[in-house]
Amino acid sequence: MNAAKPSERAGAPGMSRVSPARRKFLAGMAGAAGSGCLLAMGAGLYARQARGVPALALRPPGALPEDEFLAACTRCGLCVRDCPYDALRLAAPGDPVPTGTPYFIARDVPCEMCDDIPCLPNCPTGALDPKLTDIARARMGLAVLVDHETCLNFLGLRCDVCYRVCPAIGQAITLERQHNARSDRHAMLLPTVHSEHCTGCGKCEKACVLEEAAIRVLPFALARGRLGGHYRKGWEEREKHGGSLIGEQVELPVRGLEGKAYGDTRVDDAPPPAPGENPAGIDSRWKP
Amino acid sequence: MSPSQAASRKAARPGRDAVAAKGWLAAHKWLLRRRACQAGVLAAFLAGPWFGVWIVKGNLSSSLILDVLPLTDPYLLMQMLAAGFVPAATAVTGALILAAFYLLAGGRVFCAWVCPVNMITDAAGWLRRRLEIKAGHAPDARSRYWLLAGTLIAAAATGSLAWEWVNPVSIAHRGLLFGMGAGLWFLAAVFFYDLLVASRGWCGHLCPMGAFYGLLGKTALLRVAAPGRDACNDCMDCFAVCPEPQVIRPAVKKAGQESPVIRDALCTTCGRCIDVCGQRVFNLTHRFDQRSSS
Repeated sequence: MNAAKPSERAGAPGMSRVSPARRKFLAGMAGAAGSGCLLAMGAGLYARQARGVPALALRPPGALPEDEFLAACTRCGLCVRDCPYDALRLAAPGDPVPTGTPYFIARDVPCEMCDDIPCLPNCPTGALDPKLTDIARARMGLAVLVDHETCLNFLGLRCDVCYRVCPAIGQAITLERQHNARSDRHAMLLPTVHSEHCTGCGKCEKACVLEEAAIRVLPFALARGRLGGHYRKGWEEREKHGGSLIGEQVELPVRGLEGKAYGDTRVDDAPPPAPGENPAGIDSRWKP
Repeated sequence: MSPSQAASRKAARPGRDAVAAKGWLAAHKWLLRRRACQAGVLAAFLAGPWFGVWIVKGNLSSSLILDVLPLTDPYLLMQMLAAGFVPAATAVTGALILAAFYLLAGGRVFCAWVCPVNMITDAAGWLRRRLEIKAGHAPDARSRYWLLAGTLIAAAATGSLAWEWVNPVSIAHRGLLFGMGAGLWFLAAVFFYDLLVASRGWCGHLCPMGAFYGLLGKTALLRVAAPGRDACNDCMDCFAVCPEPQVIRPAVKKAGQESPVIRDALCTTCGRCIDVCGQRVFNLTHRFDQRSSS
């Protein structure tokens, strides 16, 4: 407990095991350690809570997954300088994107998907992966038709603008024909995004004619669901194995459908049984 | 005027004797060269975005000179490695080039001759002297090493370049080139911290980048020396202007060393002591220059 009373002991030379100079050194060191670590910890905490990227900020083509990107990007802006369309910018402090990292907002300036990907080769660290040589394989995000209530094609009109501007026309966005139940006599051609072709360039979002785009490019984490790891699709498994994995199923009679092939539940292809007649035994009286 | 008042007046305006002895231009020679160098570096970076003349692209974190020579801040590379990312060869090469340069020139040459924050803290230091602000408390000068270690630990803990979120040095330079945003607040904080709280607080006590470059400076060939130390009249002007005043004494007062060379790696080689000395004590020389006028 001697160390707890430095002032007393300082006045009693010979009793002190810690010289004043050494005490001063230790106090200074502790102060230095404290202030240094405190500042660094503050920076670390700020970095942790600020690392989220807003949904509409997209990384340049070839960017590593976000977690890795934040370790790999030097925030030098060479990609920004090399973008011929000035789509990219560096986040300034206060922007909702981690300070100094490059991003683009598709609704402002989308990625033009240059064939030679000029933003990529000068990246000094590989934060933009040089293995990306075919821009069609870039995955900056995924277009999602977020609003089915305002999309003009869903209203039965033929806008089709997102479909027409898509650099992977007919692949990344297709128009799927559907009956228009409202008019009951027209078709609706619904823009439908296919993730295996969409690069997330954002030209559809930029071109959407609405005041607020009904189709938006979102980061994959927001755009996609994920099946449980144990899910198997029966039709894929059957194809892989050349037959059902669970073998033939026991066929149990279904009341009312005894005359049909197993599994055929259609009821309207047979003439309705005459009143009083009941070929299947029981008439459930169910009609579609 | 009492003698103590006169002394404080003198400390508020160091360099008057030098102007009287050598003339204004000679008494500001190194300061002007240094400002020209800082402005030149900035101009080289700005010529691209402003005038389309691409001498150097990027910023102080990483850059590409004339589309051939890649440079990367070695401190940034350290953070990157700490964060667990091994960058492509370009960044490593660039960092090695810069590290080699600063090992020869002196790490903290970066602080005095390149870093954009230097102009801010020099301005704060100048104003603090002029307004004779004595208040405040500077943290221990070793804080910067703890902060340096802390930034590397923060990088490892978050798996990202955590310090780059708030680093005033890169925020200043990137801001000038790519848009400042709220970065001005960070720079204002540094300015007012240096002005009101701690004399030379940021560059001399806290900045982990300066600490890192200081560690690079142990072998610097380019050094300030005091060959004319016998002419020293103890006017203290060099102490008043020096951003790291503790480095002067060993060379000028032969405290613990015979050599007139300022060996301390924390010397930024700014040369301001050469300017403000009316007795022509200092010069810029190489590490092995043992000449002394005595």
